[in-house]
Amino acid sequence: MLILHCPYCGVDADETELAPGGEAHLVRRGPEASEDAFHDYLFVRENPRGVHFERWRHAAGCGKWFHAARCTVTMEVFGTYPAQVTEPPADLLAAISAKRPGWRWRDFT
Amino acid sequence: MSEPASALGGAVSEGFARVEEMPPRGMIALRGDLGSGAVKAAVKDALSLDLPGTWRATDAGEAAVCWMAPDELLLMSSYAQAPEIARKLGHFLAGEHHLVADMSDARSLFRVTGLDAREALAKLTPADLSPGAFTPGTFRRTRLAQVPAAIWMRDDTVFEVLCFRSAARYMFDLLTEAAARGGEVGFWPD
Repeated sequence: MLILHCPYCGVDADETELAPGGEAHLVRRGPEASEDAFHDYLFVRENPRGVHFERWRHAAGCGKWFHAARCTVTMEVFGTYPAQVTEPPADLLAAISAKRPGWRWRDFT
Repeated sequence: MSEPASALGGAVSEGFARVEEMPPRGMIALRGDLGSGAVKAAVKDALSLDLPGTWRATDAGEAAVCWMAPDELLLMSSYAQAPEIARKLGHFLAGEHHLVADMSDARSLFRVTGLDAREALAKLTPADLSPGAFTPGTFRRTRLAQVPAAIWMRDDTVFEVLCFRSAARYMFDLLTEAAARGGEVGFWPD
């Protein structure tokens, strides 16, 4: 069972109060993009063993979307951060590096 | 005009806590920038109440302001006054980015009373209802068993529960079962 800290209302929310939103930081290429780029946007996911970034919604609480970084092996939660960003905050990346030296997730290390 | 009716006609059940469906109450959804002076002033103008902090409610008599989300409040009043209050709010906030809607008929309201009312509710929700964390004046949206709901602690022995009206029967049965005699937990001594 995951317990994620909602960065909007400050509640440590139980997983049953949350709705999963899949992988974080997906980039939708513009209208001129190739079919391959659109295929990747729709279907290609990291599905990592280890550090992962996800979107969650505090569905039964304040209703807001946010991001979470966690480990898919140990279920350790590294942190949560607001939805209005295109990449994880630097201090969170540093905290993950301290715990999982050499980790890599897409272009983030 | 037709008379407003609650979903269950004021159903009551008695267990180690009393569960009672409340009569219709005026409820107005207000969305906007809660940090702006305009929203604060509009609420003050309409209900003479200050904005509550995160997961809190302020109230006086029938009027109440409940924190629903970082950009949403739920304003309570008598059922009859709600349309007028919504109109006043809309007028006051003209020109500001906002949403005001009279939602009085959208929800059902229950009152759970008794020394162990806290324990009856704690059986149903993942929210932390411990006396240190959930204090009088706390208003928390969460989940009760299978449905979204909000729990408002009015005082030490009185809780109010809001849920969507379509789930009223489910919620009443759920609370009745959780508060049934013989089901006392005794986790938090009075």
